[in-house]
Amino acid sequence: MTALSALFVRDLKLAVRVGGGAGIGVLFFLIVIVLTPFAIGPDLVLLARIGPAILWLGALLASLLTLERLLTADAEDGSLDLILMSGTPLELAVAAKAMAHWLTTGLPLAIATPLFALFMNLDPQASLAIALTLLVGTPALTFIGLLGAALSVTLRRGGLLLTVLVLPLTVPVLIFGVAASNAAMAGPMSFGTPFTILCAMTLVSFVVGTFAAAAALRHGIE
Amino acid sequence: MRLEASDLACIRGGREVFSRLGFAVAGGEALVVTGRNGAGKSSLLRMIAGLVQVAAGKLALTGGNYELPLAEQAHYLGHQDALKPSLSVQENLDFWVRYLGTSAGTPDALTTVGLHRVAGLPAGYLSAGQRRRLSIARLIAVKRPIWLLDEPTSALDSAAQQRLADLMRSHLAGGGMIVAAAHGAIGLETARELSLGAAA
Amino acid sequence: MPFLDLANPTRFLSLVQRVLPWLSGATVLAFAAGLWLAATAPDDYQHGAVVKIMFVHVPAAWLAMGTWTLMSIAALGTLVWRHPLADVAAKAAIPVGAAFTLLCLITGSLWGRPMWGTYWVWDARLTSVLILFLMYLGLMALWRTVDDPSRAGRAAAILTLVGAVNLPIIKFSVDWWNTLHQPASVLRVGGPTIHSSLLAPLLTMALAYVLLFVTLHLAAMRNEILRRRVRTLMLMQAQSAPGSAS
Repeated sequence: MTALSALFVRDLKLAVRVGGGAGIGVLFFLIVIVLTPFAIGPDLVLLARIGPAILWLGALLASLLTLERLLTADAEDGSLDLILMSGTPLELAVAAKAMAHWLTTGLPLAIATPLFALFMNLDPQASLAIALTLLVGTPALTFIGLLGAALSVTLRRGGLLLTVLVLPLTVPVLIFGVAASNAAMAGPMSFGTPFTILCAMTLVSFVVGTFAAAAALRHGIE
Repeated sequence: MRLEASDLACIRGGREVFSRLGFAVAGGEALVVTGRNGAGKSSLLRMIAGLVQVAAGKLALTGGNYELPLAEQAHYLGHQDALKPSLSVQENLDFWVRYLGTSAGTPDALTTVGLHRVAGLPAGYLSAGQRRRLSIARLIAVKRPIWLLDEPTSALDSAAQQRLADLMRSHLAGGGMIVAAAHGAIGLETARELSLGAAA
Repeated sequence: MPFLDLANPTRFLSLVQRVLPWLSGATVLAFAAGLWLAATAPDDYQHGAVVKIMFVHVPAAWLAMGTWTLMSIAALGTLVWRHPLADVAAKAAIPVGAAFTLLCLITGSLWGRPMWGTYWVWDARLTSVLILFLMYLGLMALWRTVDDPSRAGRAAAILTLVGAVNLPIIKFSVDWWNTLHQPASVLRVGGPTIHSSLLAPLLTMALAYVLLFVTLHLAAMRNEILRRRVRTLMLMQAQSAPGSAS
């Protein structure tokens, strides 16, 4: 177990030390939210209605765009070769990396949501509900995006291509995340159903994303 | 322990890099793979490491640890150094020691390669030769019987090359085997040569 | 010329060493005076004591914009005059300016709740100040990402100068657009329209904020110079390690 925790801790350290640190995802998230009223107009009622959707879109983009480098960085400096040659299963290794990524990207997004929801003129109850759906849904985004990160390595095509390929896979998570948020705004009764489905999707993505990413890496490594 | 290859073929990027390759290396022996650029030296090493698929032929390890695949009994020293610039020298080495396995080698690996004085500095501050030496420290910090070295002497000055030759000799004396890709000699007098690109 | 003398980091450090205790003392005194004047100022007949948030909010806004102005001048120093301490001054000012901007946004939001009934509204003034805050954060991210201080300094200088276009937008946003935020009552063409009993605490707090900025800024510049020295020493240590000719 110490091998996986070593990998997990190393990725946490790197996320904090390199580049914009853990805050750059949150900053991007904030910028997406700030851009919305410029595009839509400062109508507060309208902003409150589309608030959950904008918050979810911002979280989706922030998660996926920061995920690109997760595996390509290791491939470029030769670390991935050594990871493949260790006794630890590749599935667990990519899962550990994805968890470290979520802790430094997805979790801060969910925590920042109640504050940023103020910009969308959302009341505190709605903000907390949206934050909860993001808390549960962003791991799904990370693990689904993990497949895109793995394909980035093997296809050696960076940029937007992989984001475009992976985005359709995240649509179910987006649908149920926004549905749960809207349900929370309408009343507490119907929040449970979409929220439970969202949780289920996240659990499934842990397994599917991990195995798919490991398979993509194994077949693509050269 | 014996590594044997027969009729080995490699296809990379749609191109057949080599075919009908055969060789054998035993424990305590070193094999230096030579050839012009593009002949497939790196590809062969990566194939033994399990990173490139065997297109045809057989590659088998007899002896050694029956429970582990070949890749987990080998060290691979490629062109890149597998170092993170923002982690310190010590942190980089400690990570690989913990990740690559339980058979701990020399705990003072950094001293052996002469990097103990810069152990706390970020690896990004190191020169190319120092980074190479840090990768070599990984080889002696974690004990694995097979060493796959791709141009190990590149970026090293003569003193460091001498030290590497000493390390390789003690590895061979301990029963380990070395397969190295190089353009010239790597300082091991007893190494046999396998020349790629020559007609079969 | 004393200004050119300051270009020498060592001399700058010794100057800061001598001046910083006095500046800190002056800052504390100014805040004491400002807060006392603010406490004894008359309440608003409609909203009561809430209006006194103004004494925290308005100087913070002034400093937020003033800091970016200072950074723009420093940016010219980096790009045009190649002053050696210019990018140090620019980098050191960023967190202080960001903090003032954040203070302005938060106090404004808290003031807006009782005044307008909402914590946030997308009017021109608030939006442009929020953009200013995002630009500060963006610069901080830039400095973190690039390792080499001189390359980062040049990139940051260009971004600072381009971002300076936001400053007149902030200032005149309440005049150019129909905004919820009240128009200027102090820094305007006809002179201040604010009553003198409120003007005195406001200006005193502004002075206190300026002193606070200078104190923090000089301390931050000192820290940055020392940080760069440590980095240089570490690089030299790596180069002089045994066998590092390879």
